[in-house]
Amino acid sequence: MSAVLSSRIAARGNASSQAKAPKSDASWKRVLPWIVPILLIAVWQFAAHVGWLSSRVLPEPFAVAKAAWSLAESGELWTHAKISLWRAVVSFGIGGGLGLLLGLLTGTFKTAEILLDTTLQMIRNIPALALIPLVILWFGIEETSKIFLVAIGVFFPLYLNTFHGIRSVDKGLIEMAKSYGLSGWPLYRDVILPGALPSILVGVRFSLGLVWVLLIVAETISAQSGIGYMTMNAREFLQTDVVLVGILLYALLGKLADVVSRLLERYWLRWHPGYRH
Amino acid sequence: MHTSTVEQQQIQSTSQARRGIRVAVQGLFKSYGGREILKSVDLTLEPGEFVAVVGRSGCGKSTLLRLIAELETADRGALIFGDGEHRPETRIMFQDSRLLPWKRVLQNVALGLPKKTDALQALRQVGLAERAHEWPAVLSGGQRQRVALARALIHDPELLLLDEPLGALDALTRIEMQQLIETLWQQRGFTALLVTHDVQEAIALADRVVLIEDGRITLDERIGLARPRARGSLAFAQLEERILARVLQQPQSSHSHDDEVGDVSLLRAVNQFAWAV
Repeated sequence: MSAVLSSRIAARGNASSQAKAPKSDASWKRVLPWIVPILLIAVWQFAAHVGWLSSRVLPEPFAVAKAAWSLAESGELWTHAKISLWRAVVSFGIGGGLGLLLGLLTGTFKTAEILLDTTLQMIRNIPALALIPLVILWFGIEETSKIFLVAIGVFFPLYLNTFHGIRSVDKGLIEMAKSYGLSGWPLYRDVILPGALPSILVGVRFSLGLVWVLLIVAETISAQSGIGYMTMNAREFLQTDVVLVGILLYALLGKLADVVSRLLERYWLRWHPGYRH
Repeated sequence: MHTSTVEQQQIQSTSQARRGIRVAVQGLFKSYGGREILKSVDLTLEPGEFVAVVGRSGCGKSTLLRLIAELETADRGALIFGDGEHRPETRIMFQDSRLLPWKRVLQNVALGLPKKTDALQALRQVGLAERAHEWPAVLSGGQRQRVALARALIHDPELLLLDEPLGALDALTRIEMQQLIETLWQQRGFTALLVTHDVQEAIALADRVVLIEDGRITLDERIGLARPRARGSLAFAQLEERILARVLQQPQSSHSHDDEVGDVSLLRAVNQFAWAV
């Protein structure tokens, strides 16, 4: 009797889920990417709660949330996040801007390439982080040192991809545009730049990823403010929860940078079949 | 070759006050990698004349067009436009449409033009006005070529060079386009040079059909048929058969020419690659 009942329920369940499936397909796809993170946090919470994890090694998620809340309430979180964001934006602007400019220069003019490329390739092979001692000697631990360090690291992905983008613009299109009377700036604006844009945006994504990597290191080594400073400070007082808040903040800001670069791609490359959604 | 004085007068009277320019090709030589593609080509296009160049693939007809377009420079020989004083207003329709993928159809037509009002009219003439605001990537190959034609004709050129532009179109659109080209040519009186391997197309459109074989002009036939030309007429069919027979006269040498073409295109590809590197 019970077996019959359960099989009936199962059959009903099947039928209803089948009927629902097409409708909830879209929302289901939206939920799907979040299942694994939520599950991880649940396991983490459980493990910490039961006592498998010492709170000094890894405090429970709830404690991290609490720490984040109190930091936000005191305003400390915002101050540090704001200064880190400011550093990221400024150094990306300087380093990325210079990379773009020099990439355009060497990509466009053969003379500029001959003159500059060898030098830049040599500098490229020095890891930005190897410059830390020198940078501290030069700039101390002021803002300049961090911005300098991050800007240098961000420079190269944009430089290389811009250079490559300019060089790989379809020659047939340039030939066509020239025969249609385009030259100088209009040719550059209407043909060469848009043609190089997919490659430049790849550089932007690389650079944005690097910004946070370099900034974390720069801030943990020499800083008196910023997320990196906050986490290093918390380490000294064994506040593992605050350290975790800092790490999560970096993750969030990194995701934000990724979203921004995706939006840029979606807007600037909307003509491109590969970027249409 | 031989032209009656009546016809000569006709040409002169119809081309008066028109945009057409005289083009004189004198003793043109061109070689790629030691292989001579053009060997002493002499050809004169009267103002407003429509000349079609036919020949087997690899005979050098496209090279001749590229030289006249000044996309490439000849090894020897002279090119004289009009009185030799000013650069001609030349527009080219390429084998591939060469639309800028990042510009919408309307902006592609308006490339290098001060205002866009005429662009829609030009699109209407090729029957694509309703696609004006789409990206070139969503158009079919034939539609893209029609946009390219609109883009070439909107400039009101003195010399229009057509490099097998209709090869990609379906049979019906092709005939439609031929009629459109003929109508616009009659209205505006530009000088036109059509490179094609389609003898029927050449006879339907051209005042003169020129055959290039082995880098030399071996036939220069004036087409005396009245316009618009009925393809079904006996005179048309006889002419087509005669010219086609003449084109097919040298079957054994065609192979070596095909090889030449393969080499030339490879050479170009290598050149492009060298440029990209």
